[in-house]
Amino acid sequence: MLLAAPLVAVALTLAAGAILFTLLGYDGAGAVRSIFVTPLFDPYRWQDLLVKAAPLALIATGLSIGFRANVWNIGAEGQYVLGGLAATDVALLTHEMEGAWILPAMVLAGILGGMAWAAVPAALRTRLGVSEILTSLMLNYVAIQLLYYLMRGPWKDPMGFNFPQTVLFSASQTLPMAVPGTLIHWGVPLAAILALAVWFAVGRTVAGFQIRVVGLAPDAARYGGFRERATVWLALLAGGGFAGLAGALEASGPFGQMVPAFPTGYGYTAIIVAFLGRLNALGILVAAMVLALTYVGGESAQTAIGLPAAAVGVFQAMLLFFLLAADVLVRYRVARSAAHGAVTPAAASAPAGGSAAEPAASKRRQPVEAA
Amino acid sequence: MSAMLLISVVMGIAGAATPILIAALGELVVEKSGVLNLGVEGMMLIGAVTAFAVSVHTGSPALGCLAAMLAAALSSLIFAVLTLTLTANQVATGLALTIFGTGVSALAGAPYVGITTTRLGSIFPQALAEDPWLRVLFGHSPLVYLGLILTFGVWWFLARTRTGLVLRAVGEGDEAAHSIGYPVLKIRYLAILFGGAMAGLGGSYFSLVLTPMWAERLTAGRGWIAIALVVFASWRPAWVLAGAYLFGAVITLELQSKAAGFNAFAPEFLSSLPYLATIVVLAVISAGRRSAKTRAPACLGRPFRASA
Repeated sequence: MLLAAPLVAVALTLAAGAILFTLLGYDGAGAVRSIFVTPLFDPYRWQDLLVKAAPLALIATGLSIGFRANVWNIGAEGQYVLGGLAATDVALLTHEMEGAWILPAMVLAGILGGMAWAAVPAALRTRLGVSEILTSLMLNYVAIQLLYYLMRGPWKDPMGFNFPQTVLFSASQTLPMAVPGTLIHWGVPLAAILALAVWFAVGRTVAGFQIRVVGLAPDAARYGGFRERATVWLALLAGGGFAGLAGALEASGPFGQMVPAFPTGYGYTAIIVAFLGRLNALGILVAAMVLALTYVGGESAQTAIGLPAAAVGVFQAMLLFFLLAADVLVRYRVARSAAHGAVTPAAASAPAGGSAAEPAASKRRQPVEAA
Repeated sequence: MSAMLLISVVMGIAGAATPILIAALGELVVEKSGVLNLGVEGMMLIGAVTAFAVSVHTGSPALGCLAAMLAAALSSLIFAVLTLTLTANQVATGLALTIFGTGVSALAGAPYVGITTTRLGSIFPQALAEDPWLRVLFGHSPLVYLGLILTFGVWWFLARTRTGLVLRAVGEGDEAAHSIGYPVLKIRYLAILFGGAMAGLGGSYFSLVLTPMWAERLTAGRGWIAIALVVFASWRPAWVLAGAYLFGAVITLELQSKAAGFNAFAPEFLSSLPYLATIVVLAVISAGRRSAKTRAPACLGRPFRASA
């Protein structure tokens, strides 16, 4: 039952994608094949797949904590950029130095950078009741402008022929490969380990329980003495920290320097990963691979059949549409059978409700189907 | 000289404010019916690209505006079916609509990058519209005047008509409205379609008036500012108007400073001003008005499923 909705959503996306792209005048079936199938038979693409899945899984893991608590952080893109910038800052400061401590310092700075960016919506939500949806999103635009500013001016490589980019990071600032001779850097196993660790933590610790209760039943949480403020802070800092970590790993890994093209939409795509993965670690790891496939396949489809880069976004959005629809249909059946007796787990599949002005809707009803 | 500058600043403010105003008025009606649609940015992009394509092929920017409304309303129908009929989560569905609109508009707009089309012309005689002084009254795009009329229209509809009253009732208490026989879902469907059409019209302003051309992500986050504006205005049309012109002023300040080569601030800082201003304004508004939440429609964002 848990798997039904994501599988149905992926299948429907492939079918609808083929039809839509045929209607738009492309080779629809060919587009689906070259995005979703061809890369799977290419060992080199598999490496790329893992490398692109790592940041998606990391960011989605952080976001899933917030989504469980009904905290809507859609600013992961900006937090990812800030993580990358903070790591780059450390890299530029330590460029003449050597040592095993530099890389951990960059990663730590990245985590803190992402957290700092997420702290703004957290403070505004907890102190003034401002919706974190809008503030976190606005900061994405600000983060990208900050990146452009630093690339154009203060951080530009003086020897770089006036290109808006930093110097290449040194050997002690570059993430080593986990599997020598491949593209697979240490961020890949780290992402998998952290996703599982968070899953364990949310499932087995009091803090994790608090997050789930605040998300599912805010009234009960208040009654039980759980502080909503603390949960909002935890949710946003976790989201920002993971996105910042992903940014630091990308900067020190695949990029190896900071460039204006650093933000690639991982922060938005990770929202889809979190949902497709059912806010669950194993699910997120699989979903990250599926969404990474749209990136990797999208690139190869561009060269193979001339499909525009924007096609990837269309596939990703359709996936989320179909997932939300399939999810509800599956949930409907659960609720319907539950109407005969037991308590419905209906709302458990995804955080329901939540709004700009009334973040934790207190009067939310369980969507029980009265037969 | 400075009077001329003033006139061009006023023109700039009205121009920058109008797309946000029109989109925000649409979202206001949607939210008043109890639905939160975060897909405004995506619908605006769909409107912008449709308006441009239709204008290029038919040579009629006015037809482009109509097509933009139709296309964006159609895209909002996806949102309506998912959130109303299937009771999917509104926040997630709205985000999906924005991602969808960004992708679809980039895809459909690819053949149109780099070409130009006829700008949506003035409705007044050329002598008035291009007079150096009188243009401050008559020289605006027709959509600027439409935005002002729409503000009044939306206020009048919500405050003075029976249907508007029912729409507000649906947003404040869906179950009560349902129990006395009002068609909750039908009203919400219509509200969402209206919101979509307005977002599309606002989007068409970017590709037919501001810059008669198409580029990916042309609306640059203005759809999100429109959503923020509704919160800022506490769901009151007149305040949406005031807020939109305030943002128009911030954006004009950004553009004029860049044009004048005013480099006390980095251009990137000026570019991020509208987004920073949104955050600051939301914070100030929330701080000044502790009861902010009570002004929001009571059912905002909550799924409704008819019982019995």
